[in-house]
Order: sequence, then C-alpha cells, then structure tokens
Amino acid sequence: MTNIIGNIILIEDELQIRRFVSAALENENFQVYCAETGKQGLIEIGTRKPDAVILDLGLPDMDGLEVIKDTRNWSNVPIIILSARTQETEKVAALDAGADDFVTKPFGTPELLARLRAQLRRRAMLGEVSNQGAHVFGNIVVDLSKRLVLKNSQTVHLTPIEFRLFTELVKNAGRVVTQRQLLKEVWGPSYVENEHYLRIYMSHLRQKLEDDPTQPEHFITEIGIGFRFI
Amino acid sequence: MNDERPNPDQLLEKINKEAEKEKRGRLKIFFGACAGVGKTFAMLSTARLLRQEGLDVIVGIVETHGRIATQAQIAGLDVLPLKKLYYRERELTEFDLDAALVRKPELILVDELAHSNVEGSRHPKRWQDVEELLAAGIDVYTTLNVQHIESLNDVVGQITGIRVSETIPDKVFDIADEVTLVDLPADELLQRLQDGKVYQAQQAERAGKSFFRKGNLIALREMALRRTADRVDSQMREYRSNSSIRQVWQAKDRLLVCVGIDAESERLVRVAARLAQSLKSDWIAVYVETPHLQRLSSKQRNLILKTLKLAETLGAETATLSGTKVAEVVLNYARSRNVSKLVVGKSTRTTLERLMLPGVVDDLTNQATDIDLHVVSRERTLAEKFVGITDSLDNSTQGSEGINFTGYYYAACLCAVTALIAAPLLDYFELTNVVMLYLLGVILISFKYGRGPGIFSSLISVATFDFFFVPPRMSFSVSDTQYLLTFSVMLIVALVISNLTANLRYQVMVAMNREKRSRALYDLGKALASALTAEHIIEISAHHLSGIFKSKVAILLPDAQEKVVYTSLNRISDVKIDPSFDIDLGVAQWVYDHQQQAGFGTDTLPSTTALYLPLQAPMRTRGVLVILPDNHLSKNNRTIFLPEQRQLLDTFSSQIAIAIERVHYVEVAQDALVSMETERLRNSVLSAISHDLNTPLTTIVAAASWLKQETNTDDKRYEYVVMLNEQSMRMKNLVINLLDMARLQSGKVKLNKQWQLVEEVVGTSLRTMKEVLAKHSIVIDMPKELPLIEFDAVLIDRVLCNLLDNATKYSPAGNRIFISARKQRNDVWISVADEGLGLPGNLENQIFEKFTRGEKESSTAGVGLGLSICKAIVEAHDGKIWAHNKPPHGAIFTFSLPLGTPPSLPNDDEL
Repeated sequence: MTNIIGNIILIEDELQIRRFVSAALENENFQVYCAETGKQGLIEIGTRKPDAVILDLGLPDMDGLEVIKDTRNWSNVPIIILSARTQETEKVAALDAGADDFVTKPFGTPELLARLRAQLRRRAMLGEVSNQGAHVFGNIVVDLSKRLVLKNSQTVHLTPIEFRLFTELVKNAGRVVTQRQLLKEVWGPSYVENEHYLRIYMSHLRQKLEDDPTQPEHFITEIGIGFRFI
Repeated sequence: MNDERPNPDQLLEKINKEAEKEKRGRLKIFFGACAGVGKTFAMLSTARLLRQEGLDVIVGIVETHGRIATQAQIAGLDVLPLKKLYYRERELTEFDLDAALVRKPELILVDELAHSNVEGSRHPKRWQDVEELLAAGIDVYTTLNVQHIESLNDVVGQITGIRVSETIPDKVFDIADEVTLVDLPADELLQRLQDGKVYQAQQAERAGKSFFRKGNLIALREMALRRTADRVDSQMREYRSNSSIRQVWQAKDRLLVCVGIDAESERLVRVAARLAQSLKSDWIAVYVETPHLQRLSSKQRNLILKTLKLAETLGAETATLSGTKVAEVVLNYARSRNVSKLVVGKSTRTTLERLMLPGVVDDLTNQATDIDLHVVSRERTLAEKFVGITDSLDNSTQGSEGINFTGYYYAACLCAVTALIAAPLLDYFELTNVVMLYLLGVILISFKYGRGPGIFSSLISVATFDFFFVPPRMSFSVSDTQYLLTFSVMLIVALVISNLTANLRYQVMVAMNREKRSRALYDLGKALASALTAEHIIEISAHHLSGIFKSKVAILLPDAQEKVVYTSLNRISDVKIDPSFDIDLGVAQWVYDHQQQAGFGTDTLPSTTALYLPLQAPMRTRGVLVILPDNHLSKNNRTIFLPEQRQLLDTFSSQIAIAIERVHYVEVAQDALVSMETERLRNSVLSAISHDLNTPLTTIVAAASWLKQETNTDDKRYEYVVMLNEQSMRMKNLVINLLDMARLQSGKVKLNKQWQLVEEVVGTSLRTMKEVLAKHSIVIDMPKELPLIEFDAVLIDRVLCNLLDNATKYSPAGNRIFISARKQRNDVWISVADEGLGLPGNLENQIFEKFTRGEKESSTAGVGLGLSICKAIVEAHDGKIWAHNKPPHGAIFTFSLPLGTPPSLPNDDEL
C-alpha cells in the first residue's frame, strides 16, 4: 500500500465485476472502496472524500441517476458511469444530471483505466482551464481569452457560433457533453431540439481543425449521446 | 340562434365528403341538350390535350356514329379493346370494365353514360360501371343528354312525345365533380343534321321528322341550360357555405312521400323528387302495408316495388311500413324521422264518399298539425297513359294468382246440405229459423275461404231459400211480397257477416304472419347467441334460412387474403346439394368487395340465378350470404323479393353478420391473449440473456484485456493471452448481434431518427472498429456536400460496424477496405467494399438471411447474423441493402437510405 494515487469509489451490484475492477484499480495504485447498493455508495462518497466515482447505472435499490443527482448537490467529484449498450436514454439522462463520462459494458480494463485517468487529469487542471492562458490539445493550441485558435501554429478563423461551440467543448475537455447541453449553451434553451445544427457546426470545426475530418482525433462523436473533445 | 355559427354537421359532412372524394376518381360529364351537339367531340379534344401533357388517358368506349371529325379525334389515343359478348347467338360488343380496372389508367373516356349494357354484363347500366371505375380511383370523362336524367325523363317525354328508357339517377349527375355544357343553337344543330354530320343520311331523315323538330330542340336546350344553371347555383351556394361568406344555419327539410297502389304513384314520386331537389332536401318514399293491401295481387305488389325502386333511383330512401291505420303509421314514422313536408296524392273519391268514410288524405289533414301537407293533383289523361306503359312493362312479370274454386264448390255444397237438412225440419220450424241455418253456412264459408266464396255463398243461400222454401216452393216466384224484405235483409246480413268474417280471417292471417316472422327472428337470434364458432353459425343460419325462404343457402367467408371461399361446412348442413346451385365465387367476391348485393332481383348481374347479399356487421363486411330459391326456375317465383320478406332477409343477414363478428372478436381476444403471453415470455428471455450473458462476459472481457496489458510480449503465454482477448471480443460482438436481432425481430425497436451527417457516423464506426481494422488500410471516398439524412445513428453505426467486420473477415490482412457514399436520385448509397475472395456466385441475396455464410463450415468466425441485422435495420429505414462482386476481386455491400427534406439550416453567422 505504498504510493496511493487516489481514492476511488466503485458502486456496482455484480460481485464478479466489482472484484475484478477493484483488483485492476488497486494494481494501478488506487485505493478502492466498494459499495453494493446506491445507498451504501452515497454513504461512501460522503465519508471517503473520493477522487472519482465509478457507478453502475443498474442498481438494485435505487436508480443510478438518483445517486448522481444526490452527489452533484454538494460535490464535483468526477463520475464515470457503467451501463449496458442499449441504454442510450439512461446514459444521456445521467450525463445531463452531471456524470462526466461513461463506459459501455462489456468493457476492456485499459479503456476504463484510460477514462479514469483522463477524468483525474481534468480534475487536476480544472483550475487551469479557464479563460486565461493557452491550452494545448495535440496540434491545436487555444487561448479563449484572446479568441485565438492555432492549428500547427497557423491561426484558424472561427465564426462566432463556431467559437462559442468550441469554447464550450474546450471548457469540458475530456468530458462527454450531451447534444442537449451543447445546444442549450451555444444557441439557447429553445434550440435543444435542433440536433442538426450541432452536426453542421461540428463538421465545420472538424474541417478546420482536424487533420482528417472523416477520422477525427479531437472532436469525437459518442453516437446517440453527445460529443467529447480531447 | 346565432346566425354566424357554422353548422358542425355541415362541416363534418363536408370533411367526410372531401375525404371520400380524395380516394375516388373524378367524374366529368360533357352534358348536352340532345344528340349531335358535339359532346363526344368536346370530350375527345379535351382528352387529347391532357394526353399531350403526359396524362395516362385511355378510350374505354366511344361511339362515333360514323362521324368523321369525331373519328379523327380518336387517332393517337390508346383505345381499350371492347369485350365480346354472345347474347341470343348474336355477337355483341360492350365496354370491358374488368380490362379497364386492370389497366388502371389515370383517365378513361366512357361515352354515353345512360347506355344500358348488354345482358350478361356485370351491371345492367353503364353508369354503374362508371361508379366502379370511380371507386377504383380512376378519373372518368363521359357524355350525357338531358333527356336521360331520370327526374326530367317524364317532362322531356311530355314535350317531345318520346320517352327514352335509358336513364341515369339524378344523384349521378349531381355528384359529378365537373359538368361541362356543350351547347349548340337549334338552327345550327338542324343545319348540321341536314348536312349529315350527325346521322348518316338515311337515319337523319327519320330522326329529323320525329325528334329533331325545332320546337323540341329549343325546349331541350332550355332544359339542359337550366339544369346546368341549377348545378352552378348549388355549387355557388355550397361555395358560400364552405367559405363561410355567410354561414347557413337552417334546419334541413326532409320530405316524405306516400306511395300508393295506383299508377298515379309514379308521377307522385317524380313530383316529390323535383320538389326535394328544389328544396335541396333529403326525401323518403314510404309504402304502408295494411291488411287490406295485403290482399293485392302480386301484379299490383310488383307495381309498388317498382315505384319504390324508381324513388330509390331518384335519390330517395325507401321504407315499407305496416299497420292498420295509414295516417297514424305515416305520421309516427314522419315524426320519428323529423320530416317537415308530407307529399300525398289527391284522393279520387267524391265529396259524399269522403263525408261518409274519410280517406287517408283527410285523416292526415286532421292529424298532421306539425307537418306541412302537399296534396298533389291528378292528371287523368297522363295517368291513363302511364297505366298503359306500366302495364306493358308488367306483362312479363305478371304473377298468375289463379282463383281458388274450392271455396265456391264448398259454398254450393253447403248450401245444398243446408237445404236437405232444412227440408224435413220445415214441418216443425218457422221459415225464419231456416234463414238462420243459411246464415250459419255463410259464416262458416267466409271464415274458411274468405270473401269471394262468402259473397257467393250469401247469394246462392238467398236463391235456394227462395227456390226451395218460400211458397210457392220449387220456383223463384214469391206469393207473399213481405218475403222480398226477408230476402233483402237476409242478403245484407249475409254480406255484412261474410265481409266481417273475412276481414277477421285476414287479420288473423296477418297476425300469424307477423308472429311467424318474429318467431323466426327470435329462433335464429337464440340459436346464433349460443354459437361458438363460425362453422356453427353457418350451420345454424343455413338451417333456419333454408326453411323460412324455401331456398338453398350458403354462407361464404373470406380467407386470410380477403378472398371469399366456399367452405366445406356448407355441405354438412345441406346434404342434398342441388347441381344447379353453383355458386359463382366471382360474383360473391364482388359483393364482398363492394358491400352491395348482387344477383337475382338486384341491379348487378340480375341474370344470375342466386341472390348474393353482403353480411355487413358494424365493423366491416364479414362474408356473403347466397340464397337460391328452390323453385328458381319458374319465372313467377318472387317470394324472397316481396318487401316484407326482403326486410326479414336483411334483418337475418345482419344478425348473422353480427354473430360472425362476435365470434371473430372472441378469436381476436384469444389471439391477443396468446400473443401477449408470447411477448412476455420473449421479453423475459431477452432480458435474462442480456443480463445473464452480459455479466460474465463483462468479467471475461475486462479480465482478458487486463491480462493482455499486464503480460510481457516475450512471455511464452502472451500468444494465448492475445488469443483469449481476441476471442472474448468476438464473443462480445456476437452477443451484441444476438440481442440486436432479438430486439429487431420482436418489432419493439423504435427508431430514434435524427438528421445526421453520413461522414460523422462513418467516423464513429471506424473508431469503434479500430482494433479490428488495425490490419487493413481504409480508403474513404465521400463528397463533402452530402446532405443531411434522417436515420437512427446508433443502428446505422451497427450496420457499418457489421459490414466493416465482414470485410475484414473475408479479405486478407494488408488489403484495402473502401468506404464510399454518394447521392443517387432520391437515395444516398453507402458502400463498403473489400478486396477479398468475393461472394460465391449464387449467394448474393441469400447472404442476408439468418445464419448464412459465404463459406460453409469455414474457419472464419461469425454465424452470419451480422448481415441479416443490417438488412433488418436498413429496411426499417425504408432503405435497401444488396451485395455484388467487384471485379477483379472482392465484394461490395451497398445500402441505400432515402433522402428526406432536411430541416432548415441555422442562419449563416459568417463574419
């Protein structure tokens, strides 16, 4: 138990998955606290000061969504949800309620670990991602306060809406942002049904900022759910 | 009441009408005053114009009458071949309705709407053919002369002295979508006639003399103009009420006409029709059957049926009522139907007669306080003319009700017996008592044999009494004049008694008939209520109906393809199958499809021996009832067509239909229960699989991937760990596909369609399949300007993933995989191509079936579920998926998605 790099709370009702995930996490020097039910999980979150929460959406005692809402009332701890493939609406609801990312079952351990690390990193630099200073995403450099976007050191011109959308994505870098959240932030609450706006502008951003717009590296679509900027 | 309020009923009616009109074809009538004004020519030239505009126009039948100009107009138009019919060994040609329905053009030209079809055609009249064409959604252009309109028929007859027998109901003219008047002044027409442009020389001379007199032509022209003006006027009114320029808020008049037995009724009905038309009101024709009227000969009854039928063709609703007091029955019915005007014929009786015994009209005048009474005058001369006409029409159908002589025979015998009995008693009894004995005889005879024999008995009783008993005996002379009083009183008493008794007898018979009818209805109703299956219903109905109507009965039910079939069940109930009872399934199908009766005694195929009735239940038609009267070969048999019998038959058929529907719904309810159970089972199995299979799989996948990460590449076991990892991934995909298939098959997948960019979904799929595609190189060919398409991205992503997975499975590592998308007319085609072995020759369609693979028993993984899922998903999007080989080697899988109308794009914010 040397060199613990973070406290993780795992809320999952399946014993096998719980055992395995905690073993994998502990191997990576995380301290893992397991909870079988939503209630127990909330108690753990309240008492353990976790660095991240991994939450299964299908819990026996309560809806995973309730756990997220309850937690978000007082904490900004990163939450990664585990869910089955067909539960798109549940995933969107969980993300809208404040979850940060999701992993679809069945998942590979490296994938889960990568997502977890990304969230922890994001948390670590949360103070930084603000309007101040430049941020680097691969070959893209952005300074929001100066409205400056560089690709391979070349200035890229963005229209006002493109820039607003880009800002929203950068602020949430590493998180999955739902279509609804983006539409609300960029166009306003009355536009939340116009998903095709997002598709068009996301495509513009890809054209301007991706090396190969058909195989994007930064502007990732989570199909049926939303977008992720990395 | 608020004048500005639109009548909701009117609005609803309008909406219904429009909805109905949308499905129906449109009818345009080229209307003229008489032959030769150029209707057919006008029709053909309009059609030619439309043909040039690219409309699918076809000539159904056009009679050119050898007019050259008209014939020239046909050239260049498609002409439907005429049907050849053989009637009385002559070959006749007729419009081919069935061919027209099969050909289904956009517009068909059918000349001479009022034409009567050759016997043996489906409908007796051409306008009925046109109705069917319209119902099938085909537009029809046709021509019509004013004298062929039913309600004007008699007026034209009066003017020209010629009555045409070919008429169309006014309704057909009124509901036509367009009427174009083809007009020509009388002089020009006469000129054309003389020039031989209308009829060829010989005919022209003949026609000119009788019909084409200038006076006639002017009158006909006026009538045609006026009729058209009426139509335009009513259109104007309708337009005003449609567009609510001033809403009409008025109670609709409803008119009722009482049909009697005399020939005057026909005129009465026509008058009522005209009145109703001018008032724009619905109208009803009723016939009240009293015990008195039940004694009418079948000839007279047929006349009434004919009158009622005429009323029907003129647009009336008809009803036969029964009761003892005409006025009371009519008024009750009128009040129940909200009738505001009553039309009756003027009584022929003298004032004195009416004072003694008030007639129906007087009763109505006294009692109808709330209803307007229209008394129509008689036209004696005309009435007589009509009697002539109707008589001649009737000759063929006249029923021969032979006088029954048995009653008279018995009356004579009884008289003789009375004389024999009374003769020896004369010594002991007064003559008055002999009179009593005779009166007793009269009562017996009139009760047993009715009025005729009763009267006969009265007369011969008086005669024999005089001859045998009044002195001087054995002679008709009378010694004492006081006997004359005895005779007259005896005769009067005998006649009155016989009349009263006979009336009583009729009333008993009527009551018994009524009792029999309601008994039959009750019996059938009771039997049907206990029936549990359709077979049972057929058996019960056939049994009951064949007894009551003395007919062979069969019930035809539709099969799953909506085709009526003759089930063997009919045979069970009807063991002695009559060879003549060959049911024409074609007719039955027509009846079923059109929900109209056909066969013997109807307007459709009247030459068929049997009568076909649709079994109409509240929800839909449930089958066809076929009735063949036992003595259908004798012309006089009309039992099942008397009004009360038909009413009974209609009631029966609706009872049977309701019973069949009830049984049907019981079955539907049971099926629903079963399918609900099945659905529940399927869902529980599905959720069990998805949960129970997913949980261990999640552990395996997670463990395998972790093991791979943790194992050193130079470890001996690394190879196995990689294999474990790969296979667990395959299994993951397999489970996903299985679950998708199950979900798609249960029909429970709701498409979450959104407007998407194809390139975005392709990008996502490529990302998902990154590991699988690692050993291949991807070539993307997609135009930048592809429009937004509406689809469920999650499902289309599955299609692409499956196609990509397939491409890697069947093409060796290192090869290229091509993804392309392009616009193709109204679709977008998206293809995935590989450079592998390609598809084995004949498998191009089969591969989309479940569990089919290109290579049988090959070592390549997969069960062929992927492609069938692709197919299900693409088809759910109204798209298509297909595959073919790509030279020189490799296969291309392409699917299409329909282009919709993309939503408006956001405002350009370019600065």
